[in-house]
Amino acid sequence: MTGSAHAARVPELAAIPSLHATGIQDAAWLLLALPLAGAVILLLGGKRANRWGHLVGVAMPVLAFAYAVAAYVQMLGYPAAQRSRFLIMFQWINVGRFQIPLGLQLDQLSICFVLLITGVGSLIHIFAVGYMSNDPERRRFFGYMNLFLAAMLLLVLANNYLGLYAGWEGVGLASYLLIGFWQYKPAAAVAAKKAFIANRVGDVGLSLAIMLMFQQFGSVTFTGVFGSVHSASHGVVLAIGLLLLLGACGKSAQVPLQSWLLDAMEGPTPVSALIHAATMVTAGVYLIVRSAPIFDLSAGARIAVAIVGAVTLMFGAIIGCAKDDIKKVLAGSTMSQIGYMMLAAGLGPAGYVFAIAHLLAHGFFKAGMFLGAGSVKHEMDDEVDMRRFGGLARVMPITAVTFGLGYLAIIGVPPLSGFFTKDPIIDAAFAKGGTSGALLGTAALIGAGVTAFYMTRLMFMTFAGERRWDDKVHPHEAPPVMTGPMIVLAIGSVCAGGFLILSNRLLNFLGPVTGVPPTSHGIWTPAGIAALGLVVVGIGIAWLLFGRREVPVVAPAGSPVTVAARKDLYGDAVNESLLMRPGQWLTRLSVYFDNRGVDGLVNTVAATFGGSSGRLRRVQSGFVRSYALSMLVGAVLLVGAFLLVRL
Amino acid sequence: MVSPAHFITLSVILFVIGAVGVLVRRNAIVIFMCVELMLNAANLAFVTFARMHNALDGQVIAFFVMVVAAAEVVVGLAILTSIFRARRSSSVDDANLMKY
Repeated sequence: MTGSAHAARVPELAAIPSLHATGIQDAAWLLLALPLAGAVILLLGGKRANRWGHLVGVAMPVLAFAYAVAAYVQMLGYPAAQRSRFLIMFQWINVGRFQIPLGLQLDQLSICFVLLITGVGSLIHIFAVGYMSNDPERRRFFGYMNLFLAAMLLLVLANNYLGLYAGWEGVGLASYLLIGFWQYKPAAAVAAKKAFIANRVGDVGLSLAIMLMFQQFGSVTFTGVFGSVHSASHGVVLAIGLLLLLGACGKSAQVPLQSWLLDAMEGPTPVSALIHAATMVTAGVYLIVRSAPIFDLSAGARIAVAIVGAVTLMFGAIIGCAKDDIKKVLAGSTMSQIGYMMLAAGLGPAGYVFAIAHLLAHGFFKAGMFLGAGSVKHEMDDEVDMRRFGGLARVMPITAVTFGLGYLAIIGVPPLSGFFTKDPIIDAAFAKGGTSGALLGTAALIGAGVTAFYMTRLMFMTFAGERRWDDKVHPHEAPPVMTGPMIVLAIGSVCAGGFLILSNRLLNFLGPVTGVPPTSHGIWTPAGIAALGLVVVGIGIAWLLFGRREVPVVAPAGSPVTVAARKDLYGDAVNESLLMRPGQWLTRLSVYFDNRGVDGLVNTVAATFGGSSGRLRRVQSGFVRSYALSMLVGAVLLVGAFLLVRL
Repeated sequence: MVSPAHFITLSVILFVIGAVGVLVRRNAIVIFMCVELMLNAANLAFVTFARMHNALDGQVIAFFVMVVAAAEVVVGLAILTSIFRARRSSSVDDANLMKY
């Protein structure tokens, strides 16, 4: 597909009339107001809110979800071309030519995210009531979680990039607060700071992109930017695309800004499930898909997105293979799966819909598995080392079954979600054609096999085999408030993919926003069948290594690849040697220059004056006769001078 | 005949004796006396010049100088007495507390 073909499609997209929201949708501000009100009540309520705080914290997302469903039903009542509705809340910035009304945009893409965020968010909030029941700070936890929901909903609902940016920063703040929720643990505090700083790097990219948009197009609203982007030069479009990609890399933990996500697992597990698996980390994918008209015009930016996705999907999968910490395996897997979404988004209109489909399905199965991991961790006295699990399926059957369904979904066993949403991405990558298509497709294909390997390894080490845990812990099934959300998410893991993909449901729904793939290859594609073959191979290898023989409690030394993967493929080492060390050198150099150069100059001048006046002070000796002598000498000199002048 | 030059020379000699005395002696009483010597050298010069010019101004100023000198001695001796009471010494080198 050539660039001109895309260029021809953009005006048609931009020409979709955006209508004012009416009826139920007119109150879309409630989506932001409800969780925000929850956050305010919980964070300002103080100790008196401790007893009922979690109920408010759960009620807000549930109410928001109910509203979102109503708005969705109303949207379905409109014809496809009229489903994009907007709502102006208030004039946000009003400075000369710089006019930004804070508006919300309810269209097919944003409603998908709103339903995911509020729906999965509600389930995770309910789970957290049980999970955090013993934590004295549970009220504060729910306050932060509600704050996160408000920011995330602003991110996906804003009708301009500045509003999106406000939400983008808001979720970053909430993520920081929640990773460092147990801030008395040094590891958690450091992880929170790391996540914040890594995100800041990406945010710089996004903010520069927004500035460039305003400078070029005089507008930052979606309609304004997309309406005039086709008249911009190729260089500008490429620059905007790459800067947006940098922002997406930071938020979605893509290479090279991936290092924070694994450490972010220090946060409470519901946080990992909601923020670092299902919603916030997918904001990068949302950004790319939302900016489709920009990426459609720049093949260079698209291929950069696809390459980042392909590299990350391998990167995360390899890390997932070596970790013994159950949450870190899932975190590596999240990176990897978001890599698939980015890869799909980088394929242009051929992949946008599949990226969103995989994102929604991933929201179900990964959140479900994180809740399962949280349930296990909860019962094992906060132990996360899988080498100390084993045989948990017998004592925690519901957790094992729900986790198992998520597992089957993620590795792509038909007819579960992953099969329907991941295989089209692999197929679309191959269908791109050329060398790049073959390389991207191969990476995605191998990634599917590796995914099957590490997830099977996780299942065997956690739920199968002999028990390896201490006699001190007595794991049993979690209470219903925790298993309930897990069961619902497991049902989602099973059904979501088929529901979205079969009979092109999501494709027809999202088509007006994202464009329609040129061709459809059906359900059973050669790439999909090859992926299934590799999945079987991956499961087989995992069974040989971890299922057939006993898992050692102490990790063996392992091959160089394993060692590298345990150390996050030296992501931190690279950051340290490329950024931290030169940064330290730079600071040391500046400090040296400051001390010796600037301070040196000032100090020398001061010391000269100080020293000379100190010596001059000695003249005042306290001996009257020396004063008398100086008076005499002075008088003689004066008289002499007068005489000289006179004569 | 004694010319004005002789008086001026005597005045200079007296002044130098007084100045050297102020600079080299430690005893405050002697220093005062030397100061008197210098003042009187000045008086002598004033009076000499008054005679030379046949004007009374110089003689009048000489009286003023004597009055000021008397007042100065009064104040100076009072200070000296209190210093002597405090430090048991009339040496000006011992009164050297006010320094750097």
